[in-house]
Amino acid sequence: MGDDHKHDHEHPDHSQLGEMQARVRALESILTEKGYVDRSTLDLIVDTYETKVGPRNGARIVARSWTDPEFKARLLSDATAAANSLGFPNPVGAHLIAVENTPQTHNLVVCTLCSCYPWEVLGLPPVWYKSAPYRSRAVIEPRAVLAEFGVELPENTRIRVWDSTAETRFLVLPMRPPGTEGWSEQRLADLVTRDSMIGAGLVRGP
Amino acid sequence: MNSIHDMGGMHGFGRVEREVNEPVFHAPWEGRVMALYRALGFLQFWTIDGGRAAIESLPPQTYLTASYYARWLMGLERSLARSGIVGADEIAAGRSLRPARSHPHIMTASDVANLQRGNFERPTASPARFKPGERVRTLNLNPETHTRLPRYARDKEGLVEAVHGCHVFPDTAAIGAGENPQWLYTVVFTGRQLWGADADPTLSVSIEAFEPYLAPV
Repeated sequence: MGDDHKHDHEHPDHSQLGEMQARVRALESILTEKGYVDRSTLDLIVDTYETKVGPRNGARIVARSWTDPEFKARLLSDATAAANSLGFPNPVGAHLIAVENTPQTHNLVVCTLCSCYPWEVLGLPPVWYKSAPYRSRAVIEPRAVLAEFGVELPENTRIRVWDSTAETRFLVLPMRPPGTEGWSEQRLADLVTRDSMIGAGLVRGP
Repeated sequence: MNSIHDMGGMHGFGRVEREVNEPVFHAPWEGRVMALYRALGFLQFWTIDGGRAAIESLPPQTYLTASYYARWLMGLERSLARSGIVGADEIAAGRSLRPARSHPHIMTASDVANLQRGNFERPTASPARFKPGERVRTLNLNPETHTRLPRYARDKEGLVEAVHGCHVFPDTAAIGAGENPQWLYTVVFTGRQLWGADADPTLSVSIEAFEPYLAPV
């Protein structure tokens, strides 16, 4: 089981797709008719997650912490407050926790029970983050998982996995790559990948 | 609930497959389900934990074969039926068969502009039982209802690393038994404590554990 199976249900054929569209449209109609939801609000929510809230927000946080030690200290003590000081279009809610990668320790975030993820700074999670392979394996064989992401860590690097089992949310602060001395915050932010802020990637230098 | 959603440490699911240039939604209906979920969550007919419980209680074979947003849709339909908002008969008919229940202010554009996570921290009623640096043992709990103590971390010795204040207790909130706020801790285990002698010696894993999950060592 596994890969082929997953491929099928993440990319259903056209008849399944049509069936889901119809089923969701019917539910939306019932809820609109009863006055529980408003269509234009739903449009706006979709647009917010497609265009406004995403990993570029997290990348700004990371780049700022690489260039501003005082910001980094605030981020590591209260990530919600530090993130909100950057003035994102949508505010960051309670209990964001930033965890710092160092040469000694690599952090990796998972939600084994569902799909908890720091939406406000990374956007909606990718399919792999919500998938059974990642949720099952990240806590027992993170090195093998990281290898599949092309991340090979030194043998003696400690790996710390954070299972998001409550309403706290985790953002990994990746290591700044060498060769970026003197770079602007914007240029640094462009290097920061979503996966590196989950711990499933490293930020590569120029 | 000991069901298939509790996946930590399971074998056999294969490689983690990444999609290059993955879109936020793979079909328009996925975005609509996400938006419905948020807009209905706003009305607070059920709690975030009740919503999760509705998804976890899908039959395991359904949970495994449905895509992520299909699970959300099925969870939503269950929550709607259970709360009397939209009956199973109306979902089957594809149209409204009864007038709406009275409901508070529905979500509007200005609410979307201020969309942020709910804050689940609550005032403390009693001092925290454990301090950072203390050893604890997770209890061997197997409730048939919602819990956030994963199976792989039950009856295991670990170390309290951080205390996060008192938070809504999912185990009671999910079943309509109230917020019942409890102290929340980061508890860290070594790979060997969780997985035995053959575990990666460089591994440690933490969970966010509510006080009723923990006993002193």
